[in-house]
Amino acid sequence: MTWNRKHLLDIESLSPDEINTVLDTARAFKAVGARAIKKVPALRGKTVVNLFVEPSTRTRISFELSEQRLSADVINFSADASSLKKGETLKDTARNLEALNADFIVMRHSASGAPHFLARVTNASVINAGDGAHEHPTQALLDMFTIRERKGRVEGLNVTILGDILYSRVARSDIWALKKLGANVTLCGPSTLVPRAFEQMGVRVTHNVEDAIRDADIINLLRIQHERQRKTMFPSINEYITLFGLNRARLTKTKPDALIMHPGPINRGVEIDSEIADCGRSVILEQVTNGLAVRMAVLFLVNGGKGPQEIVGDQPAPEKPKVKA
Amino acid sequence: MADSTVILNGPSIQRALTRIAHEIAERNEEKGDVVLVGIHSGGVPLARRLCALLSGIWGQPVPFGQLDVGMHRDDLANRAAPAMEPTVIPFDVSGKTVVLVDDVLFSGRTIRAAMDALNDFGRPHRIQLAVLTDRGHRELPIKADFVGKNVPTALTERVLLRLTEMGDSVDEVVLEKP
Repeated sequence: MTWNRKHLLDIESLSPDEINTVLDTARAFKAVGARAIKKVPALRGKTVVNLFVEPSTRTRISFELSEQRLSADVINFSADASSLKKGETLKDTARNLEALNADFIVMRHSASGAPHFLARVTNASVINAGDGAHEHPTQALLDMFTIRERKGRVEGLNVTILGDILYSRVARSDIWALKKLGANVTLCGPSTLVPRAFEQMGVRVTHNVEDAIRDADIINLLRIQHERQRKTMFPSINEYITLFGLNRARLTKTKPDALIMHPGPINRGVEIDSEIADCGRSVILEQVTNGLAVRMAVLFLVNGGKGPQEIVGDQPAPEKPKVKA
Repeated sequence: MADSTVILNGPSIQRALTRIAHEIAERNEEKGDVVLVGIHSGGVPLARRLCALLSGIWGQPVPFGQLDVGMHRDDLANRAAPAMEPTVIPFDVSGKTVVLVDDVLFSGRTIRAAMDALNDFGRPHRIQLAVLTDRGHRELPIKADFVGKNVPTALTERVLLRLTEMGDSVDEVVLEKP
């Protein structure tokens, strides 16, 4: 159990111990989601601002519900409605949010490194909900949680990430987390979207899908991010489906217990065949449920003050050491 | 290493639990309505042992749950986030007599948090408290119904429970002086 961070900005700077602390804490929060009253008072009186400068639906909804289940007050700040459109700088926006006494800022931004900048200019805890093509730490944490829950471990597993790696912040965060937890990572996709340069991160790169998935315990599919591609990276969607799409024929050539993951939103018929997305080996909807538990855990952990972590028995509050003479 | 004294050894822990089980049975005649809930971490294995003893006395299984008070603590803003285990209460507590079980009763803040947490699982008919040791220094108006051993302590001392279920080599309760 190790956690002394005020922010969650990326996976790259976390230790394996810190990643496991989030996953262990998330187990307790997953149990909260399973009961009749799905709310705990851990962040009562705290204010969370969801600052989504880049549009997002599922991540924002997941964060919002997590915050509400922790009893925090929640403000949503989206790109369309915000003053950022009117020319305000990110720094000024952050200062204004701070003036509202925001305790947490959950931010999605199209610029890589924006949350790191925000963390330097504000007193609030900053949680990165995706910055450009850099990182999406809570997605990686929920992926690790899902793998660990289903397989009992991450260490030693063969994990294949298949699809648009170049533009994917999910892939980068997943690679960092998987490597730190001791998994064997294979990347696969068109050579334009999966350049060899990724080998520097200690992963295997292949452009042959059969080779990539044959020994995989986990097949993590990524969506083609048309919105981020500045030029055509492969000849046609049909060619992509033929060469890289996951279908029943390809699935029969994998381990029988290989699991299929996808961060969503899925493009049925492109990276994944429709019937595969709904089959028993797909854990895509479990990932959504686990996302709530992991985000609650992250908010809970960054909320922690500086003090002893260990609790022995029924200890009194540690801040007032009044010793009898 | 701190100076430490064994205040309960293995057999005396088991004798204390046996006595507490009989006291719970004596106090609660409507045996079908009693459920045990252990508080993480020390209270959970103790509640399991009490559960086995009570089931033997009553000749019927006694429901068992486990509760982590981490999300309900009143000092979350002043300390690093505590390690937590899932709370698992696989039955409705409404109308039941819930016996909370913990290893050490000290400030009483854990018990307040536990009663708060229990609210989300229904409305118990009554809540009772069983502890292996009561070391005094209460900060809230909370009192145990069943106590294994009262241990006068100084605030700076620590009371530690060791049980084989928690990976220790022996069962014992130790008083550590700083």
